Formats: sequence, structure tokens, C-alpha cells
Amino acid sequence: MDPSTSSDITLDINGEKHALLVDHRTTLLDALRERLDLTGTKKGCDQGQCGACTVLIDGQRAVSCLQLAVAAEGRHITTIEGMAEGGQLHPVQQAFLDLDGYQCGYCTPGQICSAVAMLDEHAAGWPSAVTGDVRTEAAPPELTPEEIRERMSGNLCRCGAYVQIVEAVTRAAAERTGTRPDGIAEKPADPATEVSA
Amino acid sequence: MTTATTGTTPPAEGAHGSPHTRVEGPEKVTGTARYAGDVPFAELAYGWLALSTVARGRVRPVDTASVLAMPGVLAVLHHGNAPHVNTDYAGMLGPPDPTIAVFQNDRVPHRGWPVALVVAETSEQAREAAEALVVEYEEEPHDVAFDAGRPDAYAPGGPEKPDVAEKGDLAAQLASSAAVVDEEYTTPEEHHSPMEPHAATARWEGGRLELVDSNQGSAWIVNELAKLFSLDPSSVRVRSEHVGGAFGSKGVRAHQVAAVMAATVLQRPVRVVLTRRQMFTLTGYRSPTAQRVRLGADADGRLRALEHDSLSLTSTVHEFVEPSAGVARVMYDATAHRTANRLVRLDVPTPTFMRAPGEAPGSFALESALDELAEQCGLDPIELRARNEPETGPVSGLPFSTRNVLACFREGADRFGWAERDPRPGIRREGHLLIGTGTAAASFPSRAIPSTAAVTAEQDGGFTVRITAADVGTGARTALALVAADALGVPTDQVRVRIGDSDFGQAMIAGGSMGTRSWAWAVTAAARDLREQLALGGSVPPEGITVRSDTAAAIGALTETERHAYGAQFAEVAVDTATGEVRVRRMLGIFAAGRIVNPLTARGQLVGGMIWGISMALHEEAARDDASGATVGADFAGYHVAANADVPHVEADWVTDVDPDDPVGIKGIGEIGIVGAAAAIANAVWHATGVRHRHLPIRPDRILRAEEDRAGARRG
Amino acid sequence: MREFGYQRVFDVSGAVAQLAAEPGARYLGGGTNLVDLMKTGVERPARLVDVSRLPLGRIETREDGGLHIGATVTNSELAAHPEVRSRYPALTQAVLAGASGQLRNVATVGGNLLQRTRCGYFGDVTQPCNKREPGSGCPAVAGEHRNHAILGASEHCVAVHPSDMGVALAAFDAVVTYETADGPGGAPSRGELPMADFYLPVGSTPHVETALPSGALITGVTLPPAPVAAHSRYRKVRERASYAFAIGSVAAALDVREGSVHEVRLAFGAVASRPWRAREAERVLTGAPADAAGFAAAADAELAAAAPLSGNGYKVTLIRNLVVAVLTELSEGASR
Repeated sequence: MDPSTSSDITLDINGEKHALLVDHRTTLLDALRERLDLTGTKKGCDQGQCGACTVLIDGQRAVSCLQLAVAAEGRHITTIEGMAEGGQLHPVQQAFLDLDGYQCGYCTPGQICSAVAMLDEHAAGWPSAVTGDVRTEAAPPELTPEEIRERMSGNLCRCGAYVQIVEAVTRAAAERTGTRPDGIAEKPADPATEVSA
Repeated sequence: MTTATTGTTPPAEGAHGSPHTRVEGPEKVTGTARYAGDVPFAELAYGWLALSTVARGRVRPVDTASVLAMPGVLAVLHHGNAPHVNTDYAGMLGPPDPTIAVFQNDRVPHRGWPVALVVAETSEQAREAAEALVVEYEEEPHDVAFDAGRPDAYAPGGPEKPDVAEKGDLAAQLASSAAVVDEEYTTPEEHHSPMEPHAATARWEGGRLELVDSNQGSAWIVNELAKLFSLDPSSVRVRSEHVGGAFGSKGVRAHQVAAVMAATVLQRPVRVVLTRRQMFTLTGYRSPTAQRVRLGADADGRLRALEHDSLSLTSTVHEFVEPSAGVARVMYDATAHRTANRLVRLDVPTPTFMRAPGEAPGSFALESALDELAEQCGLDPIELRARNEPETGPVSGLPFSTRNVLACFREGADRFGWAERDPRPGIRREGHLLIGTGTAAASFPSRAIPSTAAVTAEQDGGFTVRITAADVGTGARTALALVAADALGVPTDQVRVRIGDSDFGQAMIAGGSMGTRSWAWAVTAAARDLREQLALGGSVPPEGITVRSDTAAAIGALTETERHAYGAQFAEVAVDTATGEVRVRRMLGIFAAGRIVNPLTARGQLVGGMIWGISMALHEEAARDDASGATVGADFAGYHVAANADVPHVEADWVTDVDPDDPVGIKGIGEIGIVGAAAAIANAVWHATGVRHRHLPIRPDRILRAEEDRAGARRG
Repeated sequence: MREFGYQRVFDVSGAVAQLAAEPGARYLGGGTNLVDLMKTGVERPARLVDVSRLPLGRIETREDGGLHIGATVTNSELAAHPEVRSRYPALTQAVLAGASGQLRNVATVGGNLLQRTRCGYFGDVTQPCNKREPGSGCPAVAGEHRNHAILGASEHCVAVHPSDMGVALAAFDAVVTYETADGPGGAPSRGELPMADFYLPVGSTPHVETALPSGALITGVTLPPAPVAAHSRYRKVRERASYAFAIGSVAAALDVREGSVHEVRLAFGAVASRPWRAREAERVLTGAPADAAGFAAAADAELAAAAPLSGNGYKVTLIRNLVVAVLTELSEGASR
């Protein structure tokens, strides 16, 4: 390869270092899939419009299709293959499995990576577009179904598993905070707050 | 009539009927499930399609020299050098759409038509070379303008699916009706948009053509490719283990044909994956429809006249009919009854089957019109439907196998709180929002297609089922494990189901809500035979004992009857008339859809279909530009499917409804969930605002314009 | 995508020197817009200068009480910053209304300002487009333009700027700071542009979008102190509930004293080639009674200049209604 349009890089993926020579055009997504055989990260649109390729970069969720591999050097990347620890499914993975938070499964790795990071974002107190009062003086937003829906909207699911995805994320969130996952059979929310602009 | 509650077990013997997580679930949640584009191959080359930039014309001779000189480029296939394929055959769905026969001549029948395939060592190289390839055209004037008034519309006809069915004197019955609805409804061009793009890798291995593909039926793909390339079907193998959604779009498409051509020319594995944008012109879509519904009824709501006329489009090279008028042939009778599906041919890609073809757009028009009739008659919409419940098929005169649509309405009305509904529109305010509820009926045919299956008793006591089924997300793999375990009388974990490999024999595709029913029939037949054989005693040899089944005779012996799944859809919406935003707040669907094999995944299928209904009602629409013939915004930012935030708590459940002629009692649930869903939402929008929305999707600008019209009418 | 060179830079002077030396190069920030446009062939840079690791990733309180936001601060960091949330809540809301969590975590403030229009014709290199290919024509005027401009457009281009963040920044009189290599002997040189001057009028040159000098690198955005901004709101309407571009949006801040408007800030999104500061509406409102009739009259004053196309006249109604709704909400004291 022409050295002016390719680079030797090292990618840190799921705690392992991978040295490879990349064409600068190669996205992180394609490097994972075509070069490193980490095909759990899916290509749905290749344009940042579906979320199927979501991975964690330095712990934060990001679409890997708009990230150039060469620019991802030095970052800690976690993919769906790095979610389970010691053969034990991550609580989000287990909840998707138990509550059928998927159908065809193609958006699922992205949904799971997104949900894992989203729970961290929420725990850090980040507001969302449906948070009523974003000021720090206000109470931190509760992780209601409406909040989960908004925060998970960057992951399209064409099969329409959203209801079960919200149930799975609700359960995983409850396990994380040690509360009983009784928000599963959700009642329709308060009508005044359910519809947001 | 007993009803089941979502997530609990309806009364049924054996494994099926109990909720069971997907058998391939652990692979799907850990990313180890390999989809077509995920399977590695040594020496893999990458193909990238170049598409036409004109809507009609001829491709001039292609100069490939400069592109062949680009780094990594291995070949450029085009109409001047591509291998010949044969399209003079009839496949499962009849003669092939000529648009799958790529690079055979210089004609361009639509914009986005494949004119070349560039193959290179890497996908980056292939993409850049395909974009650099200069293709010149002799452009001809095109016509892509679809509207109800097309003078060149025609009724295609055909013995299998008559496109016009009529009885009685429509004009006379309309004239003597106390209430008449005569309205036009339109639905836009809609795209399947599975999350997994179409992908195929082709290679020659030991004299056999092998494909790793994403499709709805590997045996189907084998048959089509064998005919296209004049091969014996036994020398073609197609595998499709995991499929990332299909919805009707994953049959034989340009990318598989192009991959086979390239693998043949280069004699190495070639993968062709479509881009999201390419999918908008190469994988089919649902035609837009312009539908006119005329209903005439007595004051008590009994129908005297029903006419449903639907216009859809097709390409200039292949006839595909979106049979939207068909749903009226099942749902409602009238003294005079006319249904017609008409077509217009335009310079566009050929549309195809998309989840509930015909029923999805047709039910929007018909079930909206019923709601308008209920309003005119001062009747509750459910009561109107009850009064028009037919004894036999309105067009066929045949008896219904089971027809539990009213049971669905009763159960749904009870759970939705329908009895408390004030029928008057436009009167419920919550702050700045207007609230309304709506309902609609659903139906979808239940059919089975002959299939073969093999069940093997293994020496270790386990059982292996082999069938060329496809699990496109329906949960078919799991359902077949439950069905087999039941027929064998063993625990589910003793059964291993292998699907998605054409070497397992002929079988129905995942389509038309027929997959699981057809496959379960074949699996049950083989498993029951095997169980009887094993009951005779004796030891299992190392290769196991295999029993094969073929359901052709049993399905051929079925008596002709009106066999359908039914449902009742309920929706509540909130409309902000200041901004035009419509949000669905809750939805409930109750279905009578045969025996439910796996409640866990069945709920997902039904709810998923209802979410398609939300998406169809409020979001989905591909915009075709008359000037260029192209889709504008051919991506997920331009073509909106419902996002998580658009979907409220959607509930689906079912009433007991067992098909008496099916060995398992299945009817099929893949499509029924979307039918009527958009109408229920549109009817709810009317109930909220007092304005009828007869054109989908119900976008903010349409709500705002309706409000302006109403304000103007008040002032005027 | 054509082949390109790549260079990571760690200081601003190095970055601007790179672009000065190679005019075909482009800065790469989060890449959420640029990489997409490179895939579709709209952008074909010869080299990318990766500025994502420049030391421009901080939000600092200035002596005058304003904020300075570094250019490589991500959208998520901006939205979550305590000072922004409390003192400029409409900015947080605007940022959170855009894109998705995955994109906001990567997209930068500088990149957000420079993102290109989402007009479907612009994004399809097989279509004519004056913005992409000057002189080739604008098919949107007679074609698909439901989400195109009603204000400040020309016959040459009717595309809208897609930013949500920029609408709030426009309302709050933000100033864009940049550096070039235009100093003596190629030395770094600093400049700044108020939001009002940052985007150029469309006119006959829709391909020239900003007043940034050639090769300039945005280093940050300065938000002047604005007590009124603490009482502000961003409201966005789109064709699905999330993860979609606006069809109309309003950023507003309001200070009502004794029933009259003491101070107001108003800007519109998705109506023009840039975030649209509604100065005429502000002028009409200031000192006027803070009621629905007054809000509507102010909106009408601003929208009198609207020149909708055949298929986007609804935006006039939408913006008018949004102005009334948001200002009413603010005047009723809900500080959202």
C-alpha cells in the first residue's frame, strides 16, 4: 500500500492490542469486521443513521462506521465481543436474551453496547431531550421508560422490538442499582408527560 | 372463548405453547451469530455495484481501462463482457423479474439500475473504482409520476389472482343507500429497510457453486440461480444461517447474480454487499397506492354496496401488483361488491412483496372508510363491523375455517376501555394536546406450501431436525424445536434444529406468513413417523435413524376454504395541532391467528407488526423526484422508520383460535400485526382532531395544513 | 472514497500550518459529518488533518462571567456541563435534541457549526446542486423541498442548515474564535466572528458558507454573559420523535418584568441556510406585553419576510406557533 495513504497502527480492542496496516479510508467498523474478524459489530447503514455499529470508545458509545481506524489509534475500544466477562453474560445481554429484546438480532450488538454506555451516562447525571428540567439545580432525571426510549433512539430496530428492548434495559438498570425490577409490566405513563415535543 | 395473557402460557399440551427464549439467542447477544457478510473467506475479493444515473435510456460501451489500472482492481463486469444468464423460465413466483438479470443488455429501465460491477482486493478499492468508473448514456425521456388519474392504468388480470371481482349493481345499490362514503386514500412508496443490507458471497468449490447469502429461502435461491446460470440445482448450494431482517425483500437480487458472475470469471470468492442507498433501487419496495373506496349502507349500517379500487405501479419490465383491494374480498359482504387492483407502468424499479402486501395499504383505506361510515350512521365502529360480519367468503362463497374477528374486538374493547369512549371527535384536551382513540379490523390469509424435512434420531439420544427454513427474526428456529420436541415427545433441549442450508431439501420460504406453518407441518410429519419407528424398538446405528417427510400430498388434500388470521387493533393518539406532531400513546392488538407455538417470540412478531403500523401511519415515505426519477434522501435520515421514542407501550395478545386442518393448528403471525394498525391510528387522529387524514404518512405539515383549512373554513 | 493522507496534530499552530501548506486538506474532528460526506463522494479531501486531540477540549468560565467552549468539546460534554445546563439551558436542550447519544459523544462543537446541509440533492452526487457543484442548478426549488428554507434563501439554493446547537448559540450572541496561519511569515493569527456574521448570505454563492478565512481552524466558541439565558428553552419539531433533523425549531430566552417583555432572545432553526436570529421579532417584543397576542405579532413581524416554496408554507405556521408556545411557556415561569 502507498505509505502516504496508509499507516501502521495499533488498535486496542477489548483489552488486546492489534497491529495492522490500514488504508486511511478504512473505518473502525471495517477494520473490526474485515481485518480482525470481530464481526459482532454490524454494518446497517454505514452512515451513522442506524446505530448497528455502536461500540464503546474510551467507555463512551459511538458509531464505528464514521470513525476512521487510523484516527482510533490510542483509544480503548470495546465491542460486543468484549461485553461478557469470564463466560458470564453482561446483565444487559442477559436481559435481552430473557425478555426477547430482539428478533433478527442484527441491531442487537449495537443496542446492547449502546444500552451499557447509556446506563453509565444516566448514572453520571446526564440529561436527555425529554428531561423536563435540564438545570443542575433540578433533580437528576429518573430512568423512566420515556427516558430510555429517547436515550436508545440512536439504535434503530426494524423488526420493532422496541417494547422488549425498553423492558430489557429497565431490568438491567434495576439490577445495576440493586432495586427490584418491577418496572417491567409498565403501565401507560402519565398522559400529561407521555407525549413530548 | 378463553384468552391468554401476554407472556403466560395458553393451555396447550407439550412444549409448544410455553414461552421459550430463542435457541440462537446467546449467539445473537454476544455477537457470535454470523450473518452473510460476517463469514470469513480466504482470498476474498470485494464487488461493488455501479448504478445508472439516468432513469431511462441506453448504456454506451463502457471504457474500463482507467479503472482496471486503479490499485487492487481485479475486474469490471458490464453489459459488454458479463456472462450470459437465462431468464426464460418460471420460478416459484413465475417468470423472473428481468431486473435480476444484470449486465445482459444496454437498456436502463430505471434510475439506480446496475450497469457494472467492479471487483477489487479490498472494499475501499472497489468502492472508489466503482465511483470513478465513467458510464455514459443515451438518455431517453422518463415518466415516474404516479397519481390516481393516470389514463394508462390497466387491470392486469390472471387466472390465479383475478384483479377485478364484482357482483351486483353497484350504482343502483349506492343510489338506494341511506349513508354513502366515497373517498380516496393514498399510501406512499415504502421500503422494507431490513437492518442487515443484502449480502452474498459466491465461490466455486469442488465443481459446485456455493453462496453464503442473506435470504428468505435458500432452496428458492438455488432454484433461481440454477435456472439463471443453466446449472443443475444439485450443483448449487446456498446457506443463510442468520438473516438480519427481510420483510419480503430478500429473494434473488442483483447482488447475488453479480457475485456469481464475478466468482465465475475470477475463480475466487467474491462478496457483494449492497449499500443502504443501493437498497432503495435494487431490493424491491411497496408500491405507492391510490385507492378509492365507496361504501353504501342502510341507516342501520348494513352494507348494500362496497367498492374498493386500488391503483399501484410497476416497472416497465415486470408486472407486480400490490393487491390492496383484496382485503375487502375477505372482510365485508354487500349486495353489490366490486374490488379491482389496477396498475400503471412507469420507469421505476419493480416493486415487490412487503410485509402484508395488499392487506397493509388496503386495510388502511377500507378500515378508514368503515370508520367514516360508522360516523355517518352514528354507530360505534365495532358495532358496524359486527353488523357486517359475513357468513361465507363475500366473493368466494366458501365457508370460513375459523373466523374469530368479533372475539378479538370483544376482548380488545374490554381491555382497552372502549366502552367509556365518547364517539364525538375533537373534544378531549390535555393541555395543548388533543386526544383520540381508534380501532380497525385485521385479516391475513393463512396458507401452507409443500415442504420437506428430515428428522434424525442420533445415537446419543438427541434429535436433529434439518429443513431449509429461514429464521429472518420470526423465531422460526425456536418454534420448530418446540414443535419437533412435542411431536417426538422429548424435552426441547434434546432437539437441535438446523436450517438455512439448501442441501436440506425443498421447503417453503419465510414469506406470506406461511413459513412456520409450512415447516412445522413437515417437521411434525417426519417427527411423528420417527417416533413410531423408534417405538418399535431396536438400537440406533452410528449414523442415526433419519425419517424424511414431504407434505405435498397432505396439503394438496386440503379442502378449499376461507382460511385467515384475524385481529382487532386499538390505538390512542395525542395530537399537537400547533406543531402538527402526532404521537401514539398506547396500542393494543388482539389476534385470532391459530395456535401460538411460542408466546415469547409470537408477542415480538405481533408487536413488531403493530410498530410497522405506527411507522407506516406516521413516518414512512420514499420521495421520488419526477425530474430525475431518483429517490431523494435514500437513506435512514431521509427515509424514517419509527425510532424507539416513537413507540409507546404496545401490547399484543390473542384469543384461542386453532386451525382445525393444520396438524399443529398454526395459521401464521408474520403479517397480521401490521394489518389495520395504520387505520386504527388514522381513525384515532380523526377522533382527536375531527379531521380525516386519508393520505399517509400523517406528517406534521399535513396536520398543520388541515388546521389551516379548518380555520379558513370557519372564517369563510 | 478517494485515497487520502492522514496526519494527527497536537497543537493549533501545527494544524493551521498544515492546511496552509496543503489547500486540498481538511480538518477532521469527530468525523460524524465529514466521513459520511467522504463516503458519498460529496467531500474528496487529499489529506485529513486530525484535530481531535488538540488541547481545545475544555469549557472555561471567563472573567466577564461568560463561557469559552473549546472547539473539540464534544456535543455530549457541552450538553452535560453544569454551567451550560444552569446558565444556558436552551443550549443543552438544543444539543440533546440533535442526532443520537452515539453521535453526540463524538461530534465536536467546531464540527457542528461547519456541518453541511442535509438536503437530499446535496448529498447525492448524481444530482445537480449549486452548493456542491456551483452552476449545476438547484433541483429542490421545483422538486422535493418540504424541509427547505423559507427565509433568506435564493433561487440558487434553498437548503437549510441542520444544526440545533447553532440555533441556541445564535440566540445567545456566541462568538466563534479561530486561528489561521496568516500572520507575518505564516505565523499563527487569531480572529473571531460573531454568529451573526459567521454564516454568509446564500445569494449566488451557496457553496461559500462561512466567513472563515481559507485554512482557518475554529478554536472555540465564546458565550458572552447573558442572565436572560438562564430562563431559556429550545423546542424542536421533527418528523419522528427522535434521531431526526428539525423541520422547525425555536430557541428562546425571556425576561418578563411587570407583564412586559424586558429582554428576549429568539432564533429559529431549519428555516434558512443558517441559524436564524429573529431580530425583528425581538425588536417588536421588547417592551411589549408578554402575552400570546404579542408573541404572535412578533413572530408575524419576523415571518413577514418569509418566501415559502410551493411545498413548505407550513413552516411559517409552524414557526409562528412554536414562538407562541415557547414564549408562553417561558412567560408562565416554567424554566425549561
